[in-house]
Amino acid sequence: MQTIATGDARHRVSPPGLLFAALGLAALFGPFMTLAANRIVAGEGVSIWAVAPPSLTLPGVVAVLLGLVLGLPAVWPRLRLLGAVLGLGGLLWLLAQGAPAMLEDGGDYARVSPAIGFWCLLTILMLLMADALAQLAPGPLMRGALLAAVLGALALILWSGALSPLSVMQEYSSRRSAFIDATARHLQLAFGSLATAAVIGFPIGILCHRDQRLRGTTLPALSFLQTIPSLAMFGIMIPILGWIGDTVPGAQAIGIAGIGFAPAFLALVLYSLLPVVANTVTGLAAAPPTAIEAARGMGMTPGQRLLRVELPLGMPVILTGLRIVLVQNIGLAVIAGLIGGGGYGTFVFQGLNQTATDLILLGALPTVALALVSAIVMDILVELTRPKATRTA
Amino acid sequence: MIEIDRITKVYNGAPAVDAVSMTAESGTITVIVGTSGSGKTTLLRMINRLEEPTSGEVRINGESTLSTKPHLLRRRIGYVIQGHGLFPHHTVARNIGAVPRLLNWPKDKIRARVDELLTLFSMEPEQFRDRFPAELSGGQQQRVGVARALASRPDLLLMDEPFGALDPIIRARAQDDLRQIQRALGSTIMLVTHDMEEAIRLGDRVAVMDEGSLVQHGSPAEIVARPASPFVADMVGGMERPLRLLSLVPLSEVVEDGDAPGDALPEDCSLRDALSACLWTGRTAVPVEREGALIGRVTLEAIRARAELSA
Repeated sequence: MQTIATGDARHRVSPPGLLFAALGLAALFGPFMTLAANRIVAGEGVSIWAVAPPSLTLPGVVAVLLGLVLGLPAVWPRLRLLGAVLGLGGLLWLLAQGAPAMLEDGGDYARVSPAIGFWCLLTILMLLMADALAQLAPGPLMRGALLAAVLGALALILWSGALSPLSVMQEYSSRRSAFIDATARHLQLAFGSLATAAVIGFPIGILCHRDQRLRGTTLPALSFLQTIPSLAMFGIMIPILGWIGDTVPGAQAIGIAGIGFAPAFLALVLYSLLPVVANTVTGLAAAPPTAIEAARGMGMTPGQRLLRVELPLGMPVILTGLRIVLVQNIGLAVIAGLIGGGGYGTFVFQGLNQTATDLILLGALPTVALALVSAIVMDILVELTRPKATRTA
Repeated sequence: MIEIDRITKVYNGAPAVDAVSMTAESGTITVIVGTSGSGKTTLLRMINRLEEPTSGEVRINGESTLSTKPHLLRRRIGYVIQGHGLFPHHTVARNIGAVPRLLNWPKDKIRARVDELLTLFSMEPEQFRDRFPAELSGGQQQRVGVARALASRPDLLLMDEPFGALDPIIRARAQDDLRQIQRALGSTIMLVTHDMEEAIRLGDRVAVMDEGSLVQHGSPAEIVARPASPFVADMVGGMERPLRLLSLVPLSEVVEDGDAPGDALPEDCSLRDALSACLWTGRTAVPVEREGALIGRVTLEAIRARAELSA
């Protein structure tokens, strides 16, 4: 980036920045929010200029435009990051100002929601942020601090109640305790299955690393499990666990039944095994053969070799496996809602049944946020376990 | 003293090493030289039991290597391999301290030993202790690899093509350093190479292997002067044998009284260096000096006599 930036003026404009600005400008003309008579009917689009009186919309629109413009210069990534933050701030401002203004003359059951224009601008500005961050290449600790700052700001905004008039927040406020239960259940499903898969998968991975023949049979079997479509997998769990729950004494007492938490959890664990085992095998094989030979030659036992050489050198790859599993399971756990497994999927499927879009969003948005945050945190961990000499600063 | 007693390794019915016996005195370098597939590496790896011998045994200072568990045996034997095999995720200090840590030395003793070895290998401890292998040059990595093998003051140092990955200039320096350090510490070394030049340069004794058997075992001069078989003669390099022989003789051995024109050579140079100097400058003799003072000369006649004697 730095080298081409010294050339002619043409290259001083960031190509992605230009794309974001053009798309953002187009998105400004789409409906920014919708106003609906109640939570079921389709709403009517309202343009960004009309969501509130001009004195209130103007600062927001200016902030969004300025943000897109600041995203243009290729040579100042910090300025581009600032632009993204400014633009996102403008979007939130417009949302917070628009929602109460539109509700004022909408009737008792009226609902306001962000519309296509908002979602597009949100995506574009987040891409701009990601692009600027990629250019800045902050160290792992800096990335952690940025993530904490973003989450903190988000929590503050939600807590302040500025967005409470939005339809999705109204769905939330009428289901507060169900939402908290669903969050706890979703985390249990995603992280619990990850932990279980790790406890089972690491030893299998280590054995496969040691034994060529075991690897030859285990990996294809796990690979086959992975190809079963998720709905089918949940479906298969129902009769199997149902039978176990009915016939094995005491099984039902610990929660094993055809529907509910147990089959969802088990399916997620089975899905997780391949990435965990395969990445453990790959990670352990990542140590240079000469280092292994030297470790043997200096008198390390197989256990010492594993703990001091193979595991530390393979940790980035092994953690990458866990990252894949975590993000995958956070998404798959939504499907668990179908078989009564709980989690955010409950809202998604309820919303689908009632054609209540905002209820779907109440399940979908936190799922996306959770997956995104987990991915970033795991990436930071992977970076931190990389041997220092090879780490990119 | 290292005694190798009729040691044999059979792979799939074919012997890779066939009843090899030899003895290496403490404080000497034995170089095992041979072509690839000659069994030299297998022989070396049977000493620290990275390969288990099919029959025969090795005794280190009278004690059979079979009487100790392999991993405990290996902690007493230094091992250096081609391409150094340093742990990429550990600092230089942790790499060198690896075996002492396996032996549960106290921390400050390990640190002192690491600094001592770094200094010995002319690497400033302050500067190099906390670096990672990837931040070192090839020559420095190789030195750290040797330092690591010496860390616990092993009874024996095994080296498998230790200089194979180095370029010729660095390799020559690494060989000189090894010789110097071996003399200073009095280490016992067994080194495997395919390079007869290296064998003659480093070895107190040279063992030539061919097809799993030991075909000749003797001093470098014996190997060059009286090859036991056409194979050994071939390894020593046929036409170059007189030159190799000259390279083994220091000027101090043939220096005579008298004057000679031109620049003087130090007395620890070889006859090969003196011959080269004569040919290059068209002289028939070169002056020899000891610590800056002239002690006599070496003539072309004397050089020729030494070369003919052996031919």
